[in-house]
Amino acid sequence: MLAYSASELWSIFIMQGFAGLSLFSVLLLMALGLAIIFGQMGVVNLAHGEFMALGAYVVYLCSTLVQNHAPALQPYYFLVAIAIAFVAAALLGLLVEWSLIRYLYRRPLDTLLATWGLSLVLQQAFRSTFGAREVTPTLPDWLMGSFKPTESIDIPINGVFVMALTLVLTGAVWLFLYRSRAGLHMRATVQNRAMSGAIGINTGLVDRLAFSLGCGIAGVAGAAFTTIGSTGPDSGSRYIVDTFLVVVFGGTASLLGTIASAFGIAQGQSVCEFFLQGTMGKVAVLLGIVVILMIRPQGLFASKVRS
Amino acid sequence: MATALLAAGSAASLAAGPPTATVNTTGLAVTDDTVTVGQLHSATGTMAISETGSIQAEQLAIEQINEAGGILGRKIKIIVEDGASDWPTFAEKAKKLLVNDKVAAVFGCWTSASRKAVLPVFEKENGMLYYPTFYEGLEQSKNVIYTGQEATQQIIAGLDWMAKQKKAKTFYLIGSDYIWPRTSNKIARKHIENVLKGEVVGEEYYALGHTQFGSLINKIKLKKPDVIYAIVVGGSNVSFYKQLKAAGITGDKATLLTISVTEDEALGIGGENLVGFYSAMKYFQSLDNPNNKKFVEAFKKKYGDKAVIGDVTQAAYLGPWLWKLTVEKAGSFDIDKVAAASAGVEFKEAPEGYVRIHDSNHHLWSKLRIGQWSTDGQAKVLYESELIEPNPFPKGYQ
Amino acid sequence: MFKRFFGGRSGLTNLALLAILLFAVLPLSLDIFRLNLVGKYLTYAFVALGLVVLWGKGGVLSLGQGVFFGLGGYCMAMFLKLEASDPISTKIQSTPGIPDFMDWNQLKALPAFWVPFKSLPFSLLAVVVVPSVVAFIVGLAMFKRRVGGVYFAIITQALALILSLGIDGNQGVTGGRNGITDLRTLWGWDIRAQSSQYILYFVTCFLLLATIVGLQWLLSGRMGKTLGAIRDREDRVRFSGYDVDLFKVSAFVLAAGIAGVGGALFVLQVGFISPSLVGIVPSIEMVIFAAVGGRHSLLGAVYGTLIVNTGKSLFSETFPQLWLFAMGGLFIAVVVLFPNGLAGIWDLARRQGWSKFVRAKAGTAAADAVGLASTLSANPAKEGKS
Repeated sequence: MLAYSASELWSIFIMQGFAGLSLFSVLLLMALGLAIIFGQMGVVNLAHGEFMALGAYVVYLCSTLVQNHAPALQPYYFLVAIAIAFVAAALLGLLVEWSLIRYLYRRPLDTLLATWGLSLVLQQAFRSTFGAREVTPTLPDWLMGSFKPTESIDIPINGVFVMALTLVLTGAVWLFLYRSRAGLHMRATVQNRAMSGAIGINTGLVDRLAFSLGCGIAGVAGAAFTTIGSTGPDSGSRYIVDTFLVVVFGGTASLLGTIASAFGIAQGQSVCEFFLQGTMGKVAVLLGIVVILMIRPQGLFASKVRS
Repeated sequence: MATALLAAGSAASLAAGPPTATVNTTGLAVTDDTVTVGQLHSATGTMAISETGSIQAEQLAIEQINEAGGILGRKIKIIVEDGASDWPTFAEKAKKLLVNDKVAAVFGCWTSASRKAVLPVFEKENGMLYYPTFYEGLEQSKNVIYTGQEATQQIIAGLDWMAKQKKAKTFYLIGSDYIWPRTSNKIARKHIENVLKGEVVGEEYYALGHTQFGSLINKIKLKKPDVIYAIVVGGSNVSFYKQLKAAGITGDKATLLTISVTEDEALGIGGENLVGFYSAMKYFQSLDNPNNKKFVEAFKKKYGDKAVIGDVTQAAYLGPWLWKLTVEKAGSFDIDKVAAASAGVEFKEAPEGYVRIHDSNHHLWSKLRIGQWSTDGQAKVLYESELIEPNPFPKGYQ
Repeated sequence: MFKRFFGGRSGLTNLALLAILLFAVLPLSLDIFRLNLVGKYLTYAFVALGLVVLWGKGGVLSLGQGVFFGLGGYCMAMFLKLEASDPISTKIQSTPGIPDFMDWNQLKALPAFWVPFKSLPFSLLAVVVVPSVVAFIVGLAMFKRRVGGVYFAIITQALALILSLGIDGNQGVTGGRNGITDLRTLWGWDIRAQSSQYILYFVTCFLLLATIVGLQWLLSGRMGKTLGAIRDREDRVRFSGYDVDLFKVSAFVLAAGIAGVGGALFVLQVGFISPSLVGIVPSIEMVIFAAVGGRHSLLGAVYGTLIVNTGKSLFSETFPQLWLFAMGGLFIAVVVLFPNGLAGIWDLARRQGWSKFVRAKAGTAAADAVGLASTLSANPAKEGKS
C-alpha cells in the first residue's frame, strides 16, 4: 500500500468534496424543473428527461451552426445556446400542456402513462432527426480544463460552471416563486384551486405557464449537461428516475426540500462510490432513499397543506 | 420483413453454379440463382450507436461479393432483422431467421448478452453465426465464427508493450459493469500479477450509462497508477473521458490504455478529449496497406466522406467474405459442411492484413496493434505484434 | 356460484371465446415459431392480470411489476441452470458442476442461496413465494405509512431499477447483464424440443384461464367490492372500520405472485432470463398492456397484451422506425381518449349499439371524443362495474 502525506490526503478530501458538490448541482439542476411541475403542480411528467435531451440537442445544433458559419463566435455561443435551449423547451412544454396535460390534471396516474408515451415519441423523434449515435457539441475552450489552486488539486471548470448555473437558476426560481406576483398565483393555485379561481386568478393560465417554465428549466439543465456528458436519443431516460427521487425525497411543494435532498443524495452517492465499488455504491444509495421514504413517506420537508 | 436484394446494377446473368440439389441438402433458402442470409443487429435502442458500423460493413461486403459474381453462382439476398437492443428480441428474431426463413448464414449480434441469448437458438436449430465484436472469450461453438478477437488476443500483448515501453508497474482497472470488461480485467490482472510482476492498485465497475465519474477520478489521483486500464463502453465513455480531461488527467501527464475505444467511439468522445491515450485493437482506420486503402475508399464511397471505421466494423466486414470462402471450399451451403470446412480458411484481402480461421476453435488468428489517438479522432499505429493464436479458454487466466 | 366464477352468461361467452382462440384457432393457424411467440406474450398477460386487480380494481399503480416477473423467472431459471450444469457437461470448467457464469467469475463453489434450487418442488414454490414475500414486505411498509398514488408508482419504479442494477453488479452469483442463459431441461425433459413448446404453450393457456376464473371469483366477492370502494373513497372505507392497508397489501401480493408465475413460464418457453426483463422499461410496458386492453377488465388485459405485442413484433419486422411512434401514440390515445381501453370501447359499443357508436365516433370531431373521455374519466368506477 502506498503511504500518503497529509497534504495529499487533504487535496483528495477537497477534490472529493468538490465531486460531491458537483454531483449535487447536477442533481439539483435536473430536479428544479420537476420541482415546479411535479412538486408544485403535481403533474407526473415522465417525459421530463426528454426535455433535457431537447436542450442538449439545441446546444449541439447551435455548436454545429456556429462552427460552419461563424467560427469566430465559438468562444461565446454557449451562453446564447443555453438561452435558446430554455426557449425551445419552454415552447414545447407549452404545446404539450395545451394539447395533452390539461385534460389530465385530475388523473395523475394517467398523466404518468401519457407522458411516458410522449417520451417514447420524443425519443424516436430525436433518433429520426439526429441519428442513433450520441453527439457532443464542440465546447468553448474556456469551459474545458481545470483550475489548479495548488500543485495537487484540480478543480474542473465545467463543474464550476454547472455549479454557478445551478446557483443562479435556483435563485431565480426562488425569487419567482416567493417574490413575484406570478409565483404567488402559482402557490395559491397549488394550495386551493377553487378558491384561487374564485378570487380571480386564471388558474388555467397559471398551470400552462408553470408547466412551460418547468420544461424550460429542464432544457437549460440538458444544455448544461453537454459539458459533462454526451447526448443520445435516450439520454433523457437515464436521468428520469434520479430526478423523481430527488423531488420525492425532498418532499413535494418544497423548494428547500428539493435542495436539501439533492445535497444529501449527492454526498451519499459520492461517498458510497468512493468507498464501495461503482454499481453497488449506486444500489446502496437508491436502497437508502427507498427505505427512508418508507419510514418517512412525506419526504424530508413536507409542506403543511391539506390535500 | 425487410428484404433487400443488394445486386449489382446490371442484370447480367450469372455464371451457372452447381445445381441446388448438391449444394443444399438440408432445406436452406437456396435457389438456383440466390442464397438468402440474415442480418441481426440493433437498429434501434441503446446499442444502435455501436452496431450501425457493423450493419454497414456487412452490407458493403455482401454487395461487393454480389458484384464479383456471388457465391457458387448465386447472388446473396439479405433479410434484415432488428434486435432492438433487447436480448429476448434477439433470440426471437434469430429463431425467425433460422426456422421461418431458413437462412444459410446470419451476420450479427454485438454485445455478449445478445450473443448469449441467441447461441442456444443457433445450436438447437443448427444455424451459422458470424459474430464481429471483440469479446471475453470462454466460448466456442460449432455454430459461430468469431471474427473479432477473444480477450487474450487483445489484452496480453498490449500490457506487455506497456510494461516494456512505459516501465509500467502499477495498473488501475476500470470497466462498465458486465461480463466483457470483468472477464477482460480478470485476464489483465492475472497477467499483471503473475507475468509482469506488477500490481493492480484498483479495480472498479460502473453501471452502463453511468455519467458521474468524479469519485473514481479522485481515487485514480490518490493511487497514481502508472497505467489506467479502461474498458468503459457506450454513453459512459463520453462522460468518462470528458471528466478525465476536466480533472487534468490528460495524455501528456498520464498513460491510459483502453480496449474499448475505436474510431467509432472516438467520434462521439471527441478527439480533443482522447489525445495521447492508447487503444489496443487489431485494426485502425489509419492502417497503411493496400487492402485497407481499398476498403476505406469503398466504405466512404458508399456511406459518405465523414464515415469512420472502427475495429468491429472491419471485423464485421470479414464475416461475409469468410463465409464465401468457406462455402466455396466446402462446395456446399450445408451448415455442417461449412462448419467443418471453416478450419484454416484464409482471407488474404482482409483490410487488417491477413486473417486465418483457427484449425480447431472457430476464432481468427490476428495481430494486435497499439494506436495513439490524435485530435482528429484517428489513431497513429505505434506497434504491431505478430499473428496471435486465438485461445478462448486460456490456461492460467481463469 | 356460477355467476361468481364466470361473470354471468355474457362473461362465460367471452371466456369461451378466449379459450377457443387460445386452444384452437391460434394453434391451428400458426406455425410453431409464431405460436411460441404467442406463448411468450401470454406470460406477460399474467402480469397484466395482476395489474387489473391492483390498479384497475384497487387504484394502486405499481411501476415495478417487472421485479416480480423477474423474481419468478429467476427462481425457475436457477433450477434449470443447475440442472444444465451437471459435472459432465461442464467438465471444461475449472470447477465443474457449477453454472458456467460462476466459473467465469472464479467462484469455486455454489453460493448457499443457490443450493435449495436444486429441488424442483422448492423452486416451483419459490416462483410464487419469493415475489409474494417481497411484495408483502414492500407493500406493508408503504401502505401502512399511507404511501399511495404517484409516490407508490415512483418508489416501485425505483425498486425495479435497484433490482436490475443489483443483478448487474453481482454477476458472479446472478449472471449479471447477460442473465441466466442456455437452459435446457426440466427433470430431463428437453424444453427446447418442438413437442415441449406445444405442451408449454397449452400449459400457459390453461394456467392463464384458470387464473382469470380464480380472479373473477375473487373480484366479484368481498375482496373486489372493498378494493373498488377503496379506490373510489379510501377515507370512507377506512372510517367504516375496514383494514384498508390489509386489502391493498393482499392485492399487491396477489399481483406479485401471479407475475411470478408468468416469469417462470416465460423462462420455460424462451429459455433464458436477464435483467432487461426486470428493469424500468419492461415494467412500464406491462402497464401499457393492461391499459390498452382495459384496466378494469381481466379479459381485456389478455387481449391488450396480445395485440400490443403482436403489433410490436410485426411492426419491428417491417418499420422499426415507426414502432416507437406508434407505441407512444397509441399509449397517449388510450390514456386520453379511452381510459378504459379496448374493453371500455367494447362495452360502450355494446350498450349503445354498434351502429350508433360508429356514427357517434365517426361523425363528430375529436373534440367530442375528448368530451366523452372526460365524462368517462369523471367516474371510472361506473365503467368498471358494468
